[in-house]
Amino acid sequence: MISCRLSTNYFFSFLILSIFANLKSDVMKILVCISKTPDTTAKISFTDNDTKFNESGVQFIINPYDEWYALVRAIELKEKDPSTIIHLVHVGPAENDAIIRKALALGGDEAFRINSHPGDDYYVAGQIANLAKEQHYDLIFTGKETIDYNGSSVGGMIAELLELPYISLSTKFELNGNTATITREIEGGEEVDEAALPVVVSCQKGMAEQRIPNMRGIMSARTKPLKVIEPVAIDPLTSISSFELPAPKQGVKLIPADNPEELVRLLHEEAKVF
Amino acid sequence: MSVLVFLDQAEGHVKKSSFEAASYAAKIAEQTGTEAVGIVLGEIKDDLQSLGKYGIKKIYHAADAQLNQFDDEIYTALIADMVKSSGSNVVVLSNNFNGKAIAPRLSVRLKSGLISGAVGLPDTSNGFKVKKSVFSGKAFANVEIKTDIKIITLNANAFKVTEGSGTATIENITTQIPRRKVTVREVNVVKGEVPLAEAELVVSGGRGLKGPENWGIVTDLAKALGAATACSRPVSDSGWRPHHEHVGQTGLTIAPNMYFAIGISGAIQHLAGVNRSKTIVVINKDPEAPFFKAADYGIVGDAFEVVPKITEAVKKLKGQK
Repeated sequence: MISCRLSTNYFFSFLILSIFANLKSDVMKILVCISKTPDTTAKISFTDNDTKFNESGVQFIINPYDEWYALVRAIELKEKDPSTIIHLVHVGPAENDAIIRKALALGGDEAFRINSHPGDDYYVAGQIANLAKEQHYDLIFTGKETIDYNGSSVGGMIAELLELPYISLSTKFELNGNTATITREIEGGEEVDEAALPVVVSCQKGMAEQRIPNMRGIMSARTKPLKVIEPVAIDPLTSISSFELPAPKQGVKLIPADNPEELVRLLHEEAKVF
Repeated sequence: MSVLVFLDQAEGHVKKSSFEAASYAAKIAEQTGTEAVGIVLGEIKDDLQSLGKYGIKKIYHAADAQLNQFDDEIYTALIADMVKSSGSNVVVLSNNFNGKAIAPRLSVRLKSGLISGAVGLPDTSNGFKVKKSVFSGKAFANVEIKTDIKIITLNANAFKVTEGSGTATIENITTQIPRRKVTVREVNVVKGEVPLAEAELVVSGGRGLKGPENWGIVTDLAKALGAATACSRPVSDSGWRPHHEHVGQTGLTIAPNMYFAIGISGAIQHLAGVNRSKTIVVINKDPEAPFFKAADYGIVGDAFEVVPKITEAVKKLKGQK
């Protein structure tokens, strides 16, 4: 009888403990997708009969949307709740490790590099979704687009592959327990959405403010784990066959400041814009 | 075989960007010897039959109130079903906010290649290639889709709306609507203004205007022209204008018929957001402002003197008081 009561007590305390554990929930895990792009001021030209981007003399950076908004917002969430774990993921060859270390200098606990040349958006999304299936993230952040190929698609594709909600082009992200309140941009305004985690969010201006890595961050980035994973077999659905540059502008037609009526006439009769 | 175009709506009205997408889809159908059909989700206040004038033969309409509010997952499911049941081999969407949310999902669901931000018609002479804008408007890429079904999102103002005399037949569809995982709590849209992303004419102001109290000259000109207003990054960062008006590398990318820049120097990051505009006009008192190199028309002069005169001239020309 006594032993029975004891075991029942044990059972109840175990039950209460496990309820608490559930209420407090597991550690929040965030994945931030990092892409490498030419610097915003890079000169754009092509080689190999206009089939390849000319990388000579081009400085590469972390895609600004990934860095300034997705990564920094994740870091802010970790600053609020230090138990949060931030993983970074990048699809690219070994030479891109420098870009990943730069991102780790801003923040994040560890990084994964999927060792492959990024094929198309579908290929990249497939690789990242594959990692996410093993790691079970609560939040996946991407930038709103890369500034080179302007696809704006990887986030939505990851969401579809994982059957998760996707909030695109987001300007604000707040977390309350397991519920995210996210503001996304729409034509001429904004929409405030609410969704239970896990969610995929593409981030843009408004989410966070750009940060400069400090010396401590740069030093610690050197020793943070950067794991290399081999890609899974995925066939890209599209391929770039060639590039072209826009036709050069004719040159500006300057109108004297004392004759603005002439500008209006030209816009109406020559450019026919209204 | 057919070309299916997603006709996006807000508050019961089909968006202007969808007229462009419809004209584009009709042209592809003509080019490939098939028919263009459309899909509309949610209750509509417009006359859908009249969309036939853009070359759409038939419109499938799911007029369920539960669909009035956009949801990328639900919309994707219904469009994907329609692609299958209508046997479409090309799907066209606008490369707008909603299009950017649906198209990637559709690409995965149909395991079909996506080209986002198309600026021209497909080249079907050897495979299926579409020209799209890359490097933030600084170049174009010709991208090939290798799958049987092709998904294209069309950039705003990249394809001229063509109007004919056709009428579309409407087929009402009833569908099983999946559970909504995202709840829309609020929608805040500035009423009565031309949405910047869709605008054909844009008047924009920069730091040269010195403060928000001087914005009257920008809004007066915009009003006379029927244009949307925009601004440069320092202006929205300083809170002179709302964030949604910020155009540039980190703001909105636009390609209106005319971009009229007042007091904006034209940093490369700003140009990245506007360089696809058909005609660029620059008013700046600094003759060395880099924007003049990217402009079609310019006046070197004091914006506070020049712009009100331009507004008067526009009003006079349009017969406004």
